[in-house]
Amino acid sequence: MEYVYLVRIYLDNAATTPALPEVCDLVVRCLREDFGNPSSSHRLGMAAAARVKHARAQLVAALGDGQIVFTGGGTEANALAILGAARRGREASIVVSAVEHPSVMATAEKAGRVVVVPVGADGVVAPADVADAVGPDTAVVAIMLVQNEIGTIQPVAEIARLVHAKNDRVHVHCDAVQAVGKIPVSAPALGVDSLAVSAHKLHGPKGAGALWLRRGKTLAPLWTGGGQEDGLRSGTENVPGIAGLGEAVARAVATLDAAAARMAHLRDRLVATLVAATGAHVNGGAAPRAPHIASLSLPGVPAEPLLHAIEERGVYVSAGSACHSGAHKKSHVLEAIGVPDGAGTIRVSLSRLTTSEEIEAAEHAIVGAVRDLAQLLP
Amino acid sequence: MTPAVFVLRLGEIFLKGGNRPMFVDKLAANVKRALEGLNGVATHYVHARMLVEVAPSARDRAAERLGRVFGIQSFSPVVLCAKDFDALRDEAVRVAVAAAGGAKSFKVDAVRSDKRFPVRSMDMGRDIGAAIFHATGLRVDLHHPDLVVGIEVGVHHTFVFAETRPGPGGLPVGASGRANLLLSGGIDSPVAGWLAMKRGLILDATYFHAFPFTGDKTKEKVIDLVRLLTPWHGPIELSVIQFAEAQKALRASGDAELAVVLYRRMMLRAAAEVARRRGATALVTGDSLGQVASQTLENMSTIDAASPLLVLRPLLCYDKLETMALAKRIGTYETSIQPYDDCCSLFLPAHPATRSTVARAAEAEGSLDVAAMAEELADRAERILVS
Repeated sequence: MEYVYLVRIYLDNAATTPALPEVCDLVVRCLREDFGNPSSSHRLGMAAAARVKHARAQLVAALGDGQIVFTGGGTEANALAILGAARRGREASIVVSAVEHPSVMATAEKAGRVVVVPVGADGVVAPADVADAVGPDTAVVAIMLVQNEIGTIQPVAEIARLVHAKNDRVHVHCDAVQAVGKIPVSAPALGVDSLAVSAHKLHGPKGAGALWLRRGKTLAPLWTGGGQEDGLRSGTENVPGIAGLGEAVARAVATLDAAAARMAHLRDRLVATLVAATGAHVNGGAAPRAPHIASLSLPGVPAEPLLHAIEERGVYVSAGSACHSGAHKKSHVLEAIGVPDGAGTIRVSLSRLTTSEEIEAAEHAIVGAVRDLAQLLP
Repeated sequence: MTPAVFVLRLGEIFLKGGNRPMFVDKLAANVKRALEGLNGVATHYVHARMLVEVAPSARDRAAERLGRVFGIQSFSPVVLCAKDFDALRDEAVRVAVAAAGGAKSFKVDAVRSDKRFPVRSMDMGRDIGAAIFHATGLRVDLHHPDLVVGIEVGVHHTFVFAETRPGPGGLPVGASGRANLLLSGGIDSPVAGWLAMKRGLILDATYFHAFPFTGDKTKEKVIDLVRLLTPWHGPIELSVIQFAEAQKALRASGDAELAVVLYRRMMLRAAAEVARRRGATALVTGDSLGQVASQTLENMSTIDAASPLLVLRPLLCYDKLETMALAKRIGTYETSIQPYDDCCSLFLPAHPATRSTVARAAEAEGSLDVAAMAEELADRAERILVS
């Protein structure tokens, strides 16, 4: 059966997403019309400040009541929370799970002594293990809500509760970059002290993100300057990015229930087809998962060539995680959940724009690529 | 607006006899190309010198680019001057004061090639030296001066300078003919290409892309490497040849130990075909004797036997560390070591043959129409002009 793949089917939405047309229009309006500096006291400045204020309200409406600090993306939001909370104590220890994103892992190493809590083979960290790792010197606990490579949902609310019960001075931070717009996220309900969001993961612009901060919490800023964002993020506000983030988050949350149900349905169908046709193993398949990510390991098929063979058929997925740019080393996440060496792992990630036709075409493409590659290899 | 002027000193070209005008014309054309976009370029050839003018604001950028034009031994930013002793002396003093910096000593190097000029070199040196001494207080040191003030009185131009920068030497690109460089994305082949250019070869480049075993990031990396070579050369045409199917066919021959030798033989055939179509008469590779299994004398002999063209290996007797040092100097190293490895390693046998014979290779290729394969590979090459 020959398929001609003329269209581009993008299934790497955990890496980044296309911006919505409405978001693009808003970004352009902020660049061309409301281009003033929000700190200027004339009308142009006030118009720009109003854009920022509106975006702040959109984020509060989506994430729950708290302070919003706009940042240059998810990485910066994670860094501001971890470094900002750790700097206040001395000889701090930072507790993280074994499957955190590099923006948390590497920052934690910079912030203090890192205590890594392992995850089970299902990719989930046990709340009691996190609480056990907290000691009197612990400054920060950072646990992601949705794992970016395998999609598992971490029990963040339970972790926050146990950690605060043991030591209420600990700052509990949650990297929710892959969660917002995919599963319901309420920062106050999670009981965390801060929570990171990124715009480009949910059809917003790149270079924009935010840190939700529990009211009354203070952080040390990463750098100093004009004192914008309550002194936590000096530098003229990225008004186009902030407005785009606000709009993208608002739209993602407004359509969440229907979108999540559709993504889960399509994802599960794709996974079922691939497992049946190729014998793939689903990483994190036994745990609660976000609806948009599937991680599949294929014994004996190397990931990079598979990725390219799939790409040749017009379908874009990623090998493990796209964040380890180009490095051929094994992902620490796959290592943590015990994926055997020699199994190539691909991550297929959907968005709420993904259609049933795209999934059907992707099934043919991936199965065809696996079979072709098996023939090409010695 | 006075243009910024450089004098270029031509190196080895001046050992050339009857061909000298051809070499000089190539160099002039290459200099002109290198200075493209820097406004008001004009070159004048005088004796063993070439004068170049650029817009004053482009002085530093021009100097950077001239440092990459093969055939230039050294060059200096100069101040043109009227052919008049007083004017020359005053200009020399101004140049010396501006360049003095932390210098403690100086000397004057005066050359008078226009013998109609009334003041002899020795006298110029002495009198202008005295004026510089009075103006700067620097002492004269004829053997190890911190600052050399150069004066040249030529038939057409008279100028003063205080700074001489090294050029890359070599021969002007294009003066030695055209060759096809086999690029892999590693450290060696760009350096081999650079050395070939240095000896006056104009280059095309060919890259064998084993998609899907090698991702397009490696192709991008190769394009980046070619781009890094263009400041030394000018635009380069890169042929990207899809090689996975050929690899599959060669592997099917059954002689697994010989796989890499067979790949290399096919690469040379295809590269030679690309070369033939481009009017190139040699191939250039980054091979270094004994570095990997395909680079033993036996295997190189077997590989070369497949090439209808001369195969040049500028790095043959370079140590890896020497090649790495040169890669760093020419600026390709950082790109070469980016971790988008070619995935050919997937196909490597555990024990590749280090000794092969043409007969054994030919036997393995027996059932394949290798000439037709090479033509088809060249036919299907994607051609990218990199500038």
